[in-house]
Amino acid sequence: MERKSPVFTAFIHICAILLAVVILAPLAWLFVMSISPAADLAAKPLRWWPQAADFSRYAQLLSRAENSAGAAFTASLRNSLEVAGMATLAAILLAVPGGWAVSRTPSVGWSLSMVIATYMLPPVALSVPLYMGLSYLGLLNNVFGLALIYLTILAPFTTWLMKSGFDSIPREIEAAAMIDGAGLLQTWRIITLPLAAPVVATSALFAVLLAWDEFFYALLFTSDQRAKTLTVAIADLAGGRVSDYGLIATAGVLAALPPVLIGLAMQRALISGLTSGGVKG
Amino acid sequence: MSGTWMTTRAWLLMLPLLVIMVAVIGWPLVDTVRLSFTDAQLVGTAGNYVGFDNYANMLTSSNFTRTLVTTTWFAVISVAAEMVIGVLAALLLNQEFRGRAVLRGLMILPWALPTVVNATLWRLIYNPEYGALNAALTQLHIIDDYRSWLGEPGTALAALIVADCWKNFPLVALIALAALQAVPRDITAAALVDGAGPFARFRFVILPYLAGPLMVALVLRTIEAFKVFDIIWVMTRGGPANSTRSLSILVYQEAFSFQRAGSGASLALIVTLLVTVLAVAYATLVRKTAGSAA
Repeated sequence: MERKSPVFTAFIHICAILLAVVILAPLAWLFVMSISPAADLAAKPLRWWPQAADFSRYAQLLSRAENSAGAAFTASLRNSLEVAGMATLAAILLAVPGGWAVSRTPSVGWSLSMVIATYMLPPVALSVPLYMGLSYLGLLNNVFGLALIYLTILAPFTTWLMKSGFDSIPREIEAAAMIDGAGLLQTWRIITLPLAAPVVATSALFAVLLAWDEFFYALLFTSDQRAKTLTVAIADLAGGRVSDYGLIATAGVLAALPPVLIGLAMQRALISGLTSGGVKG
Repeated sequence: MSGTWMTTRAWLLMLPLLVIMVAVIGWPLVDTVRLSFTDAQLVGTAGNYVGFDNYANMLTSSNFTRTLVTTTWFAVISVAAEMVIGVLAALLLNQEFRGRAVLRGLMILPWALPTVVNATLWRLIYNPEYGALNAALTQLHIIDDYRSWLGEPGTALAALIVADCWKNFPLVALIALAALQAVPRDITAAALVDGAGPFARFRFVILPYLAGPLMVALVLRTIEAFKVFDIIWVMTRGGPANSTRSLSILVYQEAFSFQRAGSGASLALIVTLLVTVLAVAYATLVRKTAGSAA
C-alpha cells in the first residue's frame, strides 16, 4: 500500500470539506430562506441566519384556504401525486410483460432498442402533435392526459430496467416450474414476480422521480389548478410577482422533499441503476 | 416449446407497450414531419403544403444561428466542467478518510433535487437585489456593487452553466466512482512498485477502467444539455436579449408563443437531426473506446 504523507492527508481532508460545502451550501440556503422572516432576507447586509426561525410559510403553503397561495400549492401537489402515481402504475404494467418478453426472447429485442432510441428525441419534436391530439381528445389541462404523455419518458426507461432485472433471474427456475405443469401466469405469480419484486420497486421509484421532475410537457399541457403540477406551480412562483422570496424557497423545499428522501433511502439501488442503465440527466 | 410460439408470445406481451409507444411517440413524430412541410397554425387552420420553405427560412434566420451557437456553448462548457469536476470528486471519494460514506451520500442530493427547484434556488441566489451571491461577494469585498447576474448578457449564460453543473456533476462523480471501485487494488499497487507517478498511474492504470462508463455519461449528458429547456426557462426564459435562448426554447416560442406549428415543427426536426448526428458520432466513439479499453 501507498504510504500517505501528512500533507497529502490534510489535502484530502480540505478537498472533502470543500466538496461538502459546495454541495450543502445552496441547499442549506434554500432551507434558511424558507424559515427567515421576510425582513431578514431583504436586509443589507444580508442576514445569513434568522434571529427567530419562522415556519409559518410551511403552514401557509399547506393550508387549503380558498384563493390563498396554499390553495394553488396544495392543488399542484395533489396533481403531481396523481400524475406521477398514474403514469408510474401504467409504465410498470407495460414494462413488466414487455421487459420479460425481451429478456426471454432476444429476437424481439430490436423493438425495445427502437423504443429506447427515442430517448434522444427532444420533447419539442413531439410536442406540437401531442398538443393538437390532446386538444382533440379534450385531454388538455387534464391529469389523465398528462399521465399518458409521461409514458413517453417513463415506459422506455422502466422497460429497460425491468429487462435488465429479468436477465439476472435464471430461466432455469422458470423452466422448472413449467415442467412441473405451471402455466405462464402461474410461473410469473409464484416464481418470477417475487424474484423481480426489488427491480419492480426500483423501476417504480425511478419512474416517480422522472414524473415528479418533469416540467416541459406540464408547462405546455396544463393551464390551471385542475392539472398544473408542482414544477409548473414553482416556476410560476419564481417568475411571478411574489415579493416574499422565502415563500418561493418554502415551495422549493416542499417539492424537493419527496425525491430527496427517495434518493437518500435508495442510494444503493439508485447508484447501481444509474451506472448500469445510465439514463436520466 | 416451439420457437415460433415463443416469438409470437413475446410479441403479444410487448403489444401493449408498443401500441402506447406508437401512439405517444411514433405518431407524433411522423405528424411533426408532416406539419413541418405546412404553414399550419397551432390552433385553427390545418395549413397548406409549403415544401421546404419552413426549413429554408429557419436555417437562414439569424435567430437560428445565434441560438445554435448559444446552445452549443452551453452544452460544451457545462458538460466539460461536469466531467472534469465529477472525475476529480470521484477520485477524492475513492480515497480513505473519515466521513467518506456520508459525503458520498450527500452527492445524491443535487441529483435528486427537481430541476425546476434547482433553477428556482439559483435564481434566488443570483437575485440582483437580495441574492446570496451578491451579499456574499460584497461582504467579502470581491465586488463593490450588487450585480444583475441573470440580467446582463455578459454573465447570464455563465450563471446558468454554474447552476447546471452544480446539479449534474455529482451524477458524473457517482458513475466515475463506481468505475474506480472496479479497478483491482493489486494493479495500482503493482504500478506503484514499478515506480509510476500519480499522473502515469491515472493515465495508464485508472483511465482505461474509467473510459467506458465516462463515455456513456458524456454521451447522455451532452444529449441532455443540447435539449436543455427547463433550467433556462425558469431562470431567464432565454433572456436577457435572447442571450441564453436554447434551441428547445426557440422551438417553444415559435410553435407555442407565436403558434406557428409548421415552422416550429421544422425547427424541432432540425434539432432532432442535430441530436441524432451527435448521438451516432458518440456511439461510434463509445464503441471504439470500449474496444481499446478491453
